[in-house]
Amino acid sequence: MSAIFPKWTNRLPVMIIIGGALTASAVTAGVWYYFTPKYARVGYQPIQPVSFSHATHVNQLGMDCRYCHDKVEQSWFSNIPAASTCMNCHNQVLKDDPRLELVRESAATGKPIPWVQIHRVPDFVYFNHAVHVNRGISCVECHGPIDKMEEVYHAKPLSMTFCLDCHRDPASKLRPLDKITDLNWTWSDDPNVAAQTQRAKGKEMMDHWRVESLENCSACHR
Amino acid sequence: MRYFLLIFGVLVVLVVLIAGRRGDLTRNRPLQIFPDMKRQLKLRPQTANSFFVSGLSSQLPPPGTIARSEPLNVGGQAVYPFEDLPVNTGRNPGTTNFVELNPLPVTAQLLERGQQRYGIYCTPCHGATGEGKGITQKIGAMAVVANLHDKRIVELPDGDLFNTISHGKNLMGAYAPQIALEDRWAVVAYLRALQLSRLGAVDDLSPEVRATLK
Repeated sequence: MSAIFPKWTNRLPVMIIIGGALTASAVTAGVWYYFTPKYARVGYQPIQPVSFSHATHVNQLGMDCRYCHDKVEQSWFSNIPAASTCMNCHNQVLKDDPRLELVRESAATGKPIPWVQIHRVPDFVYFNHAVHVNRGISCVECHGPIDKMEEVYHAKPLSMTFCLDCHRDPASKLRPLDKITDLNWTWSDDPNVAAQTQRAKGKEMMDHWRVESLENCSACHR
Repeated sequence: MRYFLLIFGVLVVLVVLIAGRRGDLTRNRPLQIFPDMKRQLKLRPQTANSFFVSGLSSQLPPPGTIARSEPLNVGGQAVYPFEDLPVNTGRNPGTTNFVELNPLPVTAQLLERGQQRYGIYCTPCHGATGEGKGITQKIGAMAVVANLHDKRIVELPDGDLFNTISHGKNLMGAYAPQIALEDRWAVVAYLRALQLSRLGAVDDLSPEVRATLK
C-alpha cells in the first residue's frame, strides 16, 4: 500500500500543539503588556501650543503649583490658568518673546489657548481634586514629577487599579497639608525611615482627618 | 515548522519594534482600544465646545450677574459679595475712602492662612520677607518691585492694600481672580505682621516673652 500521507505528517500533531501554544502565549503576553493604560496612556506627551516648561517655573523659580492652578483646592477640576495669570509676570518677563505670542493674544482678546489635555479619566469617573489635595494627597501621586518636566507627559497609568491601590490603603500616601505641592518632599532621606514614618503618620492622619478607604462603586462612578 | 518559527519570530520582533515599551514617550494620542462610554457628549470645563458661539464650554456669566454665593461670616454678621461694605470693596460704604482697618477679626488662624497665601502668590515678586527681592528680581526680569517695608506702604490704610491686591497697581496685575476675598484680607493681615517684624521694639513684648529672649 502506497503511503497516502508523507512521513512528516507523523509530526504534524506535535507541530500543531507547539505552534498553537506559542501563538497563544504570544497573544496573551501581548494583550497583558499592551492592552493597559500602563502602555496606552503612560508616556503621552503631546505638542502644546505654547512651550510652557513646568521645570523652569517650579523647579528653577520655585513657584507653587497653586499660583497658576489656583482653584484646585476649591473645585473638582484643577483649572488651566487664565492668560491673565501668565501676564502677571509676562507683562514684563519675556515681554516680546515670540513663544508667548498666543498668551498675549489670549490675554488681550480672550481667545483661549488650545492646550492639549493629557490627563483625562473616563467621563464616568468623577475625580475630585479638592478633596484629594485638602486631605493630604499630593499632586505627585497622580501626575508624577511634573516639577521636573520640560514638557508634560502622562507619568502614571490612572487606571482603575491605580486608583484602587491607594483607596484600599490611603495611609501609604497621605502627607502633611503644607507639603502637598512640595513634590520632592519625603519624611526622611533614608527610604526605610521614610516608609516607616509614612506607616505611623499615615494612620494617624487618616484617623485625624477621618479619611475613609472608599471602595464602593459610587465613590467614583455616578 | 522552520518557516512557522521564522514568521513567528519576525512578527514578535516587528510588534515589539513598532509598539515599543511601556512608558516610552509618544506624541500620539492614547489609543482607545475599548471605547465603552469613556467619552460622553457632555460639557466638561475648559474644553472646546461648538454649542456656544465663543466655542468654549466654560461660559462667563453675563455682565451684571450677581453671584448667589454663600455669605461671608464677618464677626458674626452675614455679608454677601454684592453688598457695599468694607469687606467687599476695601472702602468705607458710600465713599471712595479706604477703610483704615481690616474688617475681618484678626486671629492666629487668619494670619496663618495669610502667610500661606502670601507664600504662594506674593513671594515670587515681593520675596518671603516682603523686601521686593523675590525670584523675579533675582533673575533680573522685573524692573521695579515694591518693597513692602517702605514707609509709604506701611502708612497705607488696610483698605488700600486690599484694593491693590484685588485690582493691581502699576505693573502688578489683579489678584482678585486668583486669591479669594477672605484670603486677600488674610494676606493684608499677614503683611501687617511682616511689617511689624521690622518696626516692633523690644518694649512692645510682654515681660514674659522678653524674659525668654537672650
